[in-house]
Amino acid sequence: MDYFLTEEQQMLRELARTIAVEKIAPIAAELDEKEIFPRELLQVMADSDLFRVFVPEEYGGLGMGAMGNCLVMEEISKACAGVAVTYAASGLGICPLLLFGSEEQKEKYLPALASGEKLAAFALTEAEAGSDAANIRTTATADGDEFILNGTKQWITNGGEADVYIVIAMTDKAKGVRGASAFIVEKGTPGFSFGKKEKKMGIRASATSELIFEDCRIPRENLLGRRGTGYIVAMRTLDRTRPGVGAQAVGIAQGAMEVALRYARERVQFGQPISSFQAIQHMLADMATQIEAARALVYSAARFIDSGAKEFSKEASMAKLFASDTAMKVTVDAVQIMGGSGYMRDYPVEKMMRDAKITQIYEGTNQIQRNVIALELIKESVKQ
Amino acid sequence: MSVSVRIDECNGCADCVPSCPYGAISMEGGSAVVSAECTMCGACVEVCPQNAIEMPQSEPADSDTASGHGIWVFAEQRNGEIASVVYELLEAGRKLADKIGEELGAVLLGKGIAGAADKLIGCGADKVFLLDDTQFEYYRDDHFTAAIAALVRAYRPNIFLFGATTNGRSLAPRLAARLQTGLTADCTELDIDVDRKLLLQTRPALGGNIMATIICQYRRPQMATVRPKVFPRAEYDPGRKGEVVAPEIALTDVDTRVNIVGAVTEASDAMRLDEADIVVAGGRGLGSAENYRLVEELAALLGGATAASRAIVDEGWAPYASQVGQTGKTITPKLYIACGISGAVQHLIGMRSAATIVAINKNPEAPIFSVAHYGIVGDVVEVLTEMIKTLKKLK
Amino acid sequence: MRIIVCIKQVPDTAEVKINRETNTLIREGVPSIINPFDLHALEEGIRIREKHGGTVTALTMGPAQAGEALREAVALGADDAVLLSDRAFAGADTLATAYTLAKAAEKIGFDLILCGRQAIDGDTAQVGPGMAECLAIPHVTCIRRLAVTETEKFRVERMTDDGYETLEVKGPALFTVIREINTPRLPSLRGMLRAKKMAFEPWTAATINAEAERIGLSGSPTWVVKVFNPPLPDGQGEVWQGDSAENAAKLIAVLRERQFV
Repeated sequence: MDYFLTEEQQMLRELARTIAVEKIAPIAAELDEKEIFPRELLQVMADSDLFRVFVPEEYGGLGMGAMGNCLVMEEISKACAGVAVTYAASGLGICPLLLFGSEEQKEKYLPALASGEKLAAFALTEAEAGSDAANIRTTATADGDEFILNGTKQWITNGGEADVYIVIAMTDKAKGVRGASAFIVEKGTPGFSFGKKEKKMGIRASATSELIFEDCRIPRENLLGRRGTGYIVAMRTLDRTRPGVGAQAVGIAQGAMEVALRYARERVQFGQPISSFQAIQHMLADMATQIEAARALVYSAARFIDSGAKEFSKEASMAKLFASDTAMKVTVDAVQIMGGSGYMRDYPVEKMMRDAKITQIYEGTNQIQRNVIALELIKESVKQ
Repeated sequence: MSVSVRIDECNGCADCVPSCPYGAISMEGGSAVVSAECTMCGACVEVCPQNAIEMPQSEPADSDTASGHGIWVFAEQRNGEIASVVYELLEAGRKLADKIGEELGAVLLGKGIAGAADKLIGCGADKVFLLDDTQFEYYRDDHFTAAIAALVRAYRPNIFLFGATTNGRSLAPRLAARLQTGLTADCTELDIDVDRKLLLQTRPALGGNIMATIICQYRRPQMATVRPKVFPRAEYDPGRKGEVVAPEIALTDVDTRVNIVGAVTEASDAMRLDEADIVVAGGRGLGSAENYRLVEELAALLGGATAASRAIVDEGWAPYASQVGQTGKTITPKLYIACGISGAVQHLIGMRSAATIVAINKNPEAPIFSVAHYGIVGDVVEVLTEMIKTLKKLK
Repeated sequence: MRIIVCIKQVPDTAEVKINRETNTLIREGVPSIINPFDLHALEEGIRIREKHGGTVTALTMGPAQAGEALREAVALGADDAVLLSDRAFAGADTLATAYTLAKAAEKIGFDLILCGRQAIDGDTAQVGPGMAECLAIPHVTCIRRLAVTETEKFRVERMTDDGYETLEVKGPALFTVIREINTPRLPSLRGMLRAKKMAFEPWTAATINAEAERIGLSGSPTWVVKVFNPPLPDGQGEVWQGDSAENAAKLIAVLRERQFV
């Protein structure tokens, strides 16, 4: 299948693939088993300029857009979804800066993030605010030329490891949805600490932890975007990065299918390789077809975003929804094809199955995605 | 420049096409056509059933072609001890010298090493050219190249052999370039064309996948390096007589651009592998770095040394010092146990002379079985584990 | 510091297989790669530049296709590259190759030349020292560590047959490196994008003012007169299949008999 990538995109994919195959795949199982944060791998990725992919050239990036991001995500995820989400989460922190940052803020933070010298993170979720994102309790009180943050963020990817955090906090509780604002908080700021590292089902190489703000004072200049636009910052950011999650799911699914296919050709039962049995063949056919469809949808959404579209929530949600559901189904089937071996930790598919689950949950659960898609459909229909 | 195809004799069988490692041959109009990609490695010449492909010959640059007398051997020494490969060179050199009825000379540089000349004569040298001076106490490229070049120009040997040791592989090419003569590396076979007194130098090429025989027709001396442990050692005969020559070579202007500041001898593994009677080697079939410990355990139980194929050294499962093969060591232990090694040509070159070879590999077609005296087809981890268990019970 | 790194594009000889039936090389699918030792040389050159400043120029002699290797070198971090390509260079043995590369190096100008210890197709390890001789500069082979002490002075650790030695070398100099010296980096995107835009005008014999009798076939004192397949051993050993535990025990019994145990 030709995806009509430009020469530069092909180069990018090749490079990401080389890193995935040579550096990440050999240690993926160990990273998962021991829950090791992949510092060295991130350095390798940074040295190869992968963090520059989604940053525009004027800030030290290569401006390869959402499509570039998806290509990297897909290749890295084939080797390890945990490393991939660590990379993606930095992008999740960079995105708000790109969309809403002032020139000073961009110049201050982007170069180090683009070079990979520093990592970013994005903090919206709280104990009482998952899908109900508007229900956040973290507050940011203006005090002279500072803001004081109080509250706790939950399940933040790169929590504790990132240097730069984009935090959504309530500045005016009374204004409801228009009462939240986005802030840039740097690690090491007094009053900013981290909770324990979470123990997860999958993506175990990634660090997930609580962010704790106790009278954490940050300068006024760290307000990102206009006061009261916190949810807009969050929603626009998530829309833009959703195809990346879709790409992660496509990568996981592709990796799982390839392992299962190879196994099916080698495993002999009843005197034949199991790949000669129709039951297995049908499963493989369905898996491969679903993956191609998911990939096509993810690339479409990414290209649509890169074309300069103003509204793309529906497309981004569709890509994330379909790809993540596909990844879950494909990885479960991959384990099934491999039977008892698939269940053993000696083989990579059980990890892929555990990794796939989160793609249906984070960056907006698939139930929320369906809400978004439906509402967009209705909105469009009303316009006609 | 490329090989040429005699179109009249080419029958269009196209056997040459896949034999070219550089993809330089294609078929056009029923005959083979050679492109500019040709590097004249000669692989196709051998393969052609019609002998329709030939290597181009070059015209002699000058008429001073066939002169040169005597076969020389570079007697490398370290701390007063002659390198063991020198005795292998003397054995090979003696045979060649006898074939063409010429003298065998040994070139010995060092400080206070006059005593070693006797050993060289006893092992076959008719003459020892001795340069005994402080400036030759330690091997240095600049000094040795200058001195030996002067010797060569004075005495004009026909053939000059060096051991393919670290120093030999540094000295020989520099010397060859200074003398503007030909040098062939890592020869595994040496023969001589008696009529033309041409050294026929055979060595592995293309990473060891093919063998090539090379000549140096129009320049002298014909230089070659020989890998250690490939040729048999000369026997010492205390009754042999020979001459020690101490030529006056004036070496004034050698600019000391390289200074030795320190030297460390790392005895351990490297030496043990060279001298060990029993060697247990691991290859990719082991599956992972952790499994290499099975190789180590078995070696320890048998009182032997460990070795590794290039593949796993590249992966970092074993150190380079233990690599056996084309770009590693050549060893001749009494027993060599190859665990999970496929037996590619590049590896075989390093160990095929072992007296007894045992191979364990899960692939019955693995080439290693064609050199093994005993072979087990099976999972190498399982077999090693069982062997270790059995050996422990015996203790 | 002006650093030249000599690289060679070679077939991946580890991947070359022999067709056992026809006893010919199977060339299809054997990729061309940068000689692995040269990758280490290039990495070292880039590290020296990162530490001390200067430029790294990749130099290769080969057919037009060798330009790909140069592109890869730039993607890895070389500042620029020179392709020596001329029909007159073909058929060169190590002496002619060393001369040709030396003439190019003279033209480029250098303080330091780095080469891989040997190429995995020829495995001679002769071009480096030969090149140094042509340039009348000192050389050290098999180095596993390189440091620049004062300007024009290098301190190197050289692998020997039984350990290593430390040497101080007055520059300009040439060193051949072994794998232990470093771990080569992967290409960077910016490097790849830069490399994509580069065109390599081939340098010919005329460009480097080479004497015709010293290049290519004319400049090669040695040539191949015969090529043949390595003799296949006769395979007269015993091969046991079946239960591993049984075979393991059987083998130990044989080794005991032969007094290895």
